Amino acid sequence: MILFWLIFILLLGGGLAWYGERRGPKMPGWISLGVLALDLLLVAGIWIGSEPSLALTGAQDASWILDFNVAWISRFGINFHLALDGLSLLLVALTVFLGMMAVACSWTEITERVGFFHFNLLWTLAGVLGVFLALDLFLFFFFWEMMIIPMFLLIAIWGHENRIYASIKFFLFTQVTSLLMLAAILGLVYVRYKNTGTFSFDYGDLLNLQLDPALSLWLMLGFFIAFVTKLPGVPFHTWLPDAHTQAPTAGSVILAGVLLKTGAYGLLRFVVPLFPDAAQSFATPAMTLGVVSILYGAHMAFAQTDVKRLVAYTSISHMGFILVGIFAWNEWALQGAVMTMLAHGISSAALFIIAGALQERMHTRDMRCMGGLWPEVPRLAAIALFFSIAALGMPGLGNFIGEFLVLIGSYRADVTLTVFASLGLIAAPVYSLIVIQKVFHAEQRETHRLWDFGRREMTLMGFMIVAMVWMGVYPQSMLDLSEPVLENLDQLVRFRN
Amino acid sequence: MTFDGLLALLPIILSATAAIVVMLGIAVCRSHSRTVNLTLYGLIATLITLPLVGGVIPIQVTPLIIMDSFSVFFIAMITATGIVVTLLCKGYFGERDSENEELYLLLLTAVLGAVVLVSSRHFAALFLGLETMSVSLFAMIAYTVRNEFSLEAGVKYLILSAISSSFLLFGSALVYAEFGSLVFSDMLSLATTSGWTPLTAVGLSMVVVGLAFKLSLVPFHLWTSDVYQGAPAPVTAFVATVSKGAVFALLLRYFASADLFQHYPVYAVISLLAMASILVGNFLALQQNDLKRLLAYSSIAHMGYLLIPFVAGISLGKEVVIESLSFYLVAYFITTLGAFGMISVMTSGEKEMTDIADYRGLFWKKPGSAVLMTAIFLSLAGIPLTAGFIGKFYIFYAGVQASLWPLIFVLVIGSGIGLYYYLRVIVAMLEEPGPLKYAEEPLGAFLALAGLGVLVIILGVYPSPLSDLIYQIARTFGV
Repeated sequence: MILFWLIFILLLGGGLAWYGERRGPKMPGWISLGVLALDLLLVAGIWIGSEPSLALTGAQDASWILDFNVAWISRFGINFHLALDGLSLLLVALTVFLGMMAVACSWTEITERVGFFHFNLLWTLAGVLGVFLALDLFLFFFFWEMMIIPMFLLIAIWGHENRIYASIKFFLFTQVTSLLMLAAILGLVYVRYKNTGTFSFDYGDLLNLQLDPALSLWLMLGFFIAFVTKLPGVPFHTWLPDAHTQAPTAGSVILAGVLLKTGAYGLLRFVVPLFPDAAQSFATPAMTLGVVSILYGAHMAFAQTDVKRLVAYTSISHMGFILVGIFAWNEWALQGAVMTMLAHGISSAALFIIAGALQERMHTRDMRCMGGLWPEVPRLAAIALFFSIAALGMPGLGNFIGEFLVLIGSYRADVTLTVFASLGLIAAPVYSLIVIQKVFHAEQRETHRLWDFGRREMTLMGFMIVAMVWMGVYPQSMLDLSEPVLENLDQLVRFRN
Repeated sequence: MTFDGLLALLPIILSATAAIVVMLGIAVCRSHSRTVNLTLYGLIATLITLPLVGGVIPIQVTPLIIMDSFSVFFIAMITATGIVVTLLCKGYFGERDSENEELYLLLLTAVLGAVVLVSSRHFAALFLGLETMSVSLFAMIAYTVRNEFSLEAGVKYLILSAISSSFLLFGSALVYAEFGSLVFSDMLSLATTSGWTPLTAVGLSMVVVGLAFKLSLVPFHLWTSDVYQGAPAPVTAFVATVSKGAVFALLLRYFASADLFQHYPVYAVISLLAMASILVGNFLALQQNDLKRLLAYSSIAHMGYLLIPFVAGISLGKEVVIESLSFYLVAYFITTLGAFGMISVMTSGEKEMTDIADYRGLFWKKPGSAVLMTAIFLSLAGIPLTAGFIGKFYIFYAGVQASLWPLIFVLVIGSGIGLYYYLRVIVAMLEEPGPLKYAEEPLGAFLALAGLGVLVIILGVYPSPLSDLIYQIARTFGV
């Protein structure tokens, strides 16, 4: 029941925030912070109360930390089934945390239609939580689509100059590919129906199906394309730079921090466990796509002059590591993929907040108009340097752990591809440091009168720095949570082989 | 005729009586509001006496008519739609001078025709119902005669409809020549004994072509956009829902009773019609700036989606076909009625609000109407949380079960294109407001539309009651 409330509180809070606008322009922000804090408390409670060893998954008799299951559409055996294990717990915590950051960072940026803005923000977050918690494939699809609409509105209403184009592109890419996933889900369900004579969309029931290899490959591709579009991986990535660049700061934070992770989560939770054989035969092409994403993203990032666009391309590069890690499919690589999901969530969100702060101050995202900002905004600059270094994979911070583990793991799976993937680690410092160089050092071209980070922004950045350092120094606390889940998924796949 | 038989005919008797009473009422004293009230009473009486009919079904009354749960279900949909359209007309025509009372008389006869159509089991009843409906529609479409578009639309519909009827007649004559019976279900037993001949194939194709005209399937769709655009908005709502829905229900009954799904040539023709309708409808809708024309082309695409379960019938039982089509039709009725309803309540004065640009900034000027319209358009696009999504889920479900991968692929492409033009409308509402002033919506019509909006969401979130009901109807069909 707690799981239901986690989602429902946000939906309710969204309605309340919309209505609360009548009580003053700051009211929706406070309401959103309040409901997110409530969610964070619930998550913290679950985290502290959980026994990581119980967090098994996959097998029919899986014992989840929490489970909530009621009948929904009985005609098709569809249940409203939510469940939480260590992996979902980590991602839920990330979502709620970044949600609070998103509310805090748009405190002064959003001045129009504040209530409706927070409504959309909270509904997006609710959809994302649903995706991370749903264990019924229909329900999963339902939330998968539900999170897109408010995100579309966030970009289309509060975005920048080219927002309409970007928002429609975002919607079309995700929606069309998700219809392929719907067809694949139904195909899978129908195979089970032919075998057993009953309908079920339940994850547990759909594991361990005997599938015809050819059909299995097609069905897997349906899921794969939907998830890789969301991830995004080359060649389905073209929506991302536009969406990121045009979205308001909070939108970029949510998009980079958690929405992309739903794609990674889908690959990890559904694609490989549901279609182990097909995934294995598809591993090399998938890893190759990952490596291409890493290098292509890095290359494109280097060529950008728009700060947000640059960060967007680095996201593509980092997400490539996740794709490689998941399809390498061993414990190291999987742990690495999960850590990268978490660490990239924090670091990219922070970089988008910084880019947003620069835009709020300078009314441009063009790096050619910046330069020599360090003396003017020392605090902002120092924090930007910290997160750039985090993003390039400095040991001691979260991203390093993730990417390092992915590379160790994938080395066992495919040496050649790993060599190319590790080139990404060389490219990362180049594009990360070039930003710092161009924006904060270099010669000052125009004189600005900028204000530095204030108390609100320092507080929220402080939280993110703490999270980043925690991941880098004591990753074990998180690995412990995800380990049993991954081990179990691993066994499930190996058992089939 | 037995008492049960009379009871079963109650919907037909009541709607016919209502038409007569309204006609006499107009003759005695012209009053717009009284006519509206009489019409509403008639339709409501038809609707609330349906449970009485439910007590005696399934029952065959005369060789022409059958009342079973399937027909009762569609009669309920038709009369409910009739009520909403009456409310829309009240708001739309209330402010216009000239004499508008006869419109309601035509509306009632059209409803009567549709009711006969969905409960017919015989070609004679089919033809009677179809013509009663169509003849009323000619006049309804051309009702605002001073508007040249309206008149043109009426004439266009009259001519094309007459041609399609003649196709239908000739086709049924050929089928009769072969089987010696006009009863749908007789074809089943006769066909298995005598087999299919070229004559049957030609006859059947002509029947399908005749009905495809009414359903505006590609390549028989040319009248659609002009008629939709020219007719007054509430009448368009009626044409788009009742006239198409009733014909679809009839086609479904004909195919299910005669078990034509298994007939390969029919399968091939319908697959082609489906693909062409989905692609052509969506592509043409892409280029429209007029909301009514956009919806016209999108309705062609929706009719194409609806044919997918028909095609799936070749390998699935008729239950699945009836089930998925019925649900999709419910969702289609609600959303289409809502969309044209919104156009008609937003209109005040002589010029209708049909340009997409007219809706710019609606979200900030009239948030209530805009949210309602957003819900309706998202449902048309088949986005979750709305009835349209569950409908599309049914279509996917039938298509995947029958492994119709090419059609599923076309469906995905079509939905993608569809999404783009539905989003254009939503995005226009989100833009900065233009100088246009909006009139107050008429209360009754607006409440009815709000009810439809709520229904869209309820069916999208909790479809179980309806899906269970439809499952029962499909399972008991023809038993």
